[in-house]
Amino acid sequence: MNNPNKYLRYSALAFITSGALILGGCSDNNNDSPAPIAPSMQSYTVAVTNLTANQPMSPIAVVNHQVDTVLWTSGESASLALETLAESGDASGLSDEVAVTELTNGAGILLPGATESIAISLNSEEIADLSVVTMLVNTNDAFAGFTGYDLTNLTVDESMTFRVIAYDAGTEANSEAKGTIPGPADSGEGFNAARDDSNLVHAHSGVISHDDGLADSVLTASHRFDNPVLLITVSRTE
Amino acid sequence: MKLNQITKMLILGSVVSLPVTAAELEISVTNLTHGNHFTPLLIAAHDMDSHLFQAGEMATPALQKMAEGGDIGDLDAAVTGAGGVTVVNPAGGLLAPSGKVDSIMLDTGDMTHLSITAMVLPTNDAFVGLNAWKIPAEAGSYTFTLNAYDAGTEANDEIVNGGGMSGVPGIPAAPSGDGGMNATGVMDMSSNDKVHIHPGVLGDTDLQGGMSDLDSRVHRWLNPVARVTVVVK
Repeated sequence: MNNPNKYLRYSALAFITSGALILGGCSDNNNDSPAPIAPSMQSYTVAVTNLTANQPMSPIAVVNHQVDTVLWTSGESASLALETLAESGDASGLSDEVAVTELTNGAGILLPGATESIAISLNSEEIADLSVVTMLVNTNDAFAGFTGYDLTNLTVDESMTFRVIAYDAGTEANSEAKGTIPGPADSGEGFNAARDDSNLVHAHSGVISHDDGLADSVLTASHRFDNPVLLITVSRTE
Repeated sequence: MKLNQITKMLILGSVVSLPVTAAELEISVTNLTHGNHFTPLLIAAHDMDSHLFQAGEMATPALQKMAEGGDIGDLDAAVTGAGGVTVVNPAGGLLAPSGKVDSIMLDTGDMTHLSITAMVLPTNDAFVGLNAWKIPAEAGSYTFTLNAYDAGTEANDEIVNGGGMSGVPGIPAAPSGDGGMNATGVMDMSSNDKVHIHPGVLGDTDLQGGMSDLDSRVHRWLNPVARVTVVVK
């Protein structure tokens, strides 16, 4: 892709250095590193569209974290915070994860077909990696998103679009049974500390539903889903 | 706001990539499904502000007509009316499962973006779609895959009853004659009236009745449902 924005990056740097903002709290800096560049704010918009037929998404979690960290890895066990999100839709535990610097939540449930734009503003010195994650609430433990996108890739007015798949946290059996699904299809249990599935994050194989012959399932045909399940566009605005 | 940002980006991009020259495209489309036909394809080159559809937005009446009955006439008229250029029905009818249509030539003139649509049949309102792909300035061969969308305009009852007009329930036809009959109908509990990713058809194994006139062993798919190759000359 063309990169017409190199000039903009230089001018942004110039702006930063001429900004003459001073950060306090440098007194414990005992490195011999050069004097820190005064920080400025950089703004981004994360627009998320729910592409499913009948899977509301839990409030979108936009997570800023340090470089070279991720919130999950396929083939490995989910963290407790991710398990909690994937089983109950509660993303708050992510803010306590190692390397997470900021957690921004969407306004509420993101209904099928709906789009929400979430604005974030970051200190230029903190620009690192971004993850966006949410639960498909009419499931046992399905979640969707991406993790570990390097935000420094984006210059002003550039954007990046993701079409993401659904993952299975692997922490709860996909029984689809009454009482096990927190979304409106059931209003059942959310988080449960027991791990009675593979305990490995993997691509979700989809739900079965009562209509398709799983007798105990509280789900119907329209709760089934195919990938991608979310359209996410990250734009740098400032 | 999001669109503004994207638009700005595209404007910048097009300024830098000047001069814009007409592109001669050679396109092929392959139906990757197991048992679904594509109705006549519409391939359209248009400007950056035009869309045949957008995920998360309501279907236009022209899109609804295509998705529910396979009629691409209104979409074609909308594109050409806005100065775009199209190829209509390059496969000369239905594109069968595993079928491929190639050597589709399209001179894009000064149009910058490419879109493709066709109904997936038999379904209520599923369609295969490419939305406003920016035609690369660099000559070469570009291959990508397409997903199946639900137009969000008709409940997926999966009853084959000939209903292909906009707003008429039911599926127009099962082209291979492999549909069932006397289905009671699937209850579609989705309230998503925007264009979205199709959850897939349910089907059943009872061709004489049951909930669905579709055959779950034949008519299901997983994304992607089509492969497209565009050679930019």
